[in-house]
Amino acid sequence: MSRFLLRRLPQALIVLFGVVTLAFLMTHVVPGDPARLIAGPNASAATVASIHHELGLDRSLGYQYWTYLRQAVQGDLGTSYALQGTSVASAIGHALPVSAAVAVLGVLWEVLLGVPIGIIAAYRPRGLLDRATTFGSLIGLSAPPFWLGLLLLYALAYKSSVFPLSGYSNPYINYLILPSFTLGLGGAAWYARLTRTNMLEALRSPYVQTARAKGMPESVILLRHCLRNVLSPLLTMLGMDLGYFLGGVVVIESVFGLPGVGKLTFDAIGTLDIPMITGAVLFAALFIVVMNLLVDLAYAAIDPRVRR
Amino acid sequence: MTALLEVDDLTVGFERDGTRSAAVRGVSFEVAAGERVGIVGESGSGKSVTAQAVMRLLPLSAEVGGAVRFAGDDVLGYDAKRLAGWRGSDIAMVFQDPMSSLNPLLRIGTQLTEGLRRHRGLSKPAAREEAARLLRTVGIADAERRLRDYPHSFSGGMRQRVCIAIAAACTPKLIIADEPTTALDVTVQAQVLDLMDELTDRHGTATVLISHDLGVVSSFCDRILIMYAGRVVEAGPADDIIARPAHPYTRALLDSIPRLHGELPRRLPAIPGSPPFGTVPADRCSFADRCPRVQDVCRTNDPALEPTATGRPAACFFPLDSVPVEVR
Repeated sequence: MSRFLLRRLPQALIVLFGVVTLAFLMTHVVPGDPARLIAGPNASAATVASIHHELGLDRSLGYQYWTYLRQAVQGDLGTSYALQGTSVASAIGHALPVSAAVAVLGVLWEVLLGVPIGIIAAYRPRGLLDRATTFGSLIGLSAPPFWLGLLLLYALAYKSSVFPLSGYSNPYINYLILPSFTLGLGGAAWYARLTRTNMLEALRSPYVQTARAKGMPESVILLRHCLRNVLSPLLTMLGMDLGYFLGGVVVIESVFGLPGVGKLTFDAIGTLDIPMITGAVLFAALFIVVMNLLVDLAYAAIDPRVRR
Repeated sequence: MTALLEVDDLTVGFERDGTRSAAVRGVSFEVAAGERVGIVGESGSGKSVTAQAVMRLLPLSAEVGGAVRFAGDDVLGYDAKRLAGWRGSDIAMVFQDPMSSLNPLLRIGTQLTEGLRRHRGLSKPAAREEAARLLRTVGIADAERRLRDYPHSFSGGMRQRVCIAIAAACTPKLIIADEPTTALDVTVQAQVLDLMDELTDRHGTATVLISHDLGVVSSFCDRILIMYAGRVVEAGPADDIIARPAHPYTRALLDSIPRLHGELPRRLPAIPGSPPFGTVPADRCSFADRCPRVQDVCRTNDPALEPTATGRPAACFFPLDSVPVEVR
């Protein structure tokens, strides 16, 4: 296990390095001047120049990159341009719990809805439930999340105030259910399809014949013999989703007015808040890399053949 | 003595893309309690499909006709619950490929005990103890520890031993072994057959051994069915069939077994052509195109399984006469 980690950690670091470099370059190359945005349209050239100097933007790109890297390694991601005096790390740190809650609940919805539906669909392929699932998952896959979110808001928060409309305060769970459900529904459709396909494939394997010949009822065959073999591919998706969601889901957080990392990133792009954008991208990449590592470790836990 | 297993005019058809193909075309045979019956034929002769039809393991898309009776009960009429109670306890099966017929993600112990717990109602510790005993019986050392292992840490021969242990776990009355040695190294084939011989002998278990290897079957079985293109073309006691085959196909199968003594042919005789796949024409002998004794009538009529001069039934218009062939 430790040897596995030892092999994978350098790879992860290289990926992160690449992401930082790309994010840094892209935010600096993109047209638009953050100093001009900060100073306002009527500011004099001298004011803009002094802001440039203050932010270090008058230095060479190479120097700025090197400084950023050196500080990032020490955990200092710089200070936000837009939120004066707030460090990027603390801004993300404040937004993270919100995104994490949405992400975890969203993945839960995906799994809790998708996997059982997939199993049921595979139990009687081409049966009524299977067809209904195929149709339903098509809708789940095709519906854009912002539209679905608005629809849910309209029905469950505006027309009947089961859930609050927007924002984030105590009790937090009330503010999380709709966004996480919206987030999870599209994924649940994927999970249902993937579970169904893998389940049907597993049901065709010889070990299922053995289990049948042993006199195992279908329920045991599905849940004990097949589900495990179906879980591995699901796990990859689950890890990727969680990592992806943790980085902040821009659309969902914007629609539901949640102060998460996605909203933070969205606002930062609007104000060309370069340190904030780079920091958010770095964080998002970090989550995906970490989740991938965890998925690989979980593989080893599920499938004994991977352990060696 | 009433038969343990009766298969009566069994037919199996598959429909794929609108075309029907008959895999089994009217197979009948019986297996008495404790008897060993071999089913021999090339790939595609319908021998495995016959076994799967008996075990009710065919996909729902297969059309099964005829009757299968086990101890007088109509197997084809079993509901799911009855089927699950019957399989594993009264009848069991050993499959061809031990590499894939064990679940890679479940411990050997789980795969061995689940049948014991379900059919014999054993408690968890009792089932583990019994499973360890079974593993020792099939010649696996350090049984208690190996119960915690996964299939990938067993060799092919060892896995097939595990599969045999699983099949024999609840001392069924009949074990169907579908090419149990085909996927194994030659050196372990004999060991696995010996093991099956010993286990079935000890409990008086009836066995149906399916193989394409007439040599393997003849040493193990009391009686042999020769199958070709979904039909039984010859049936009878193993020794008689080996000594005096009636059907030209049986003869050809015997000739294609390598010999170690006597006058050796320069090349091992093979049967020219290949067996028919898919739809088999009903108005001619299915072996006619490959048969050295073929006559015009073979291409216009389909011979029925009828008694021949050898005293055994064979589906041939021109069966070989009763002159014994040289015994190996």
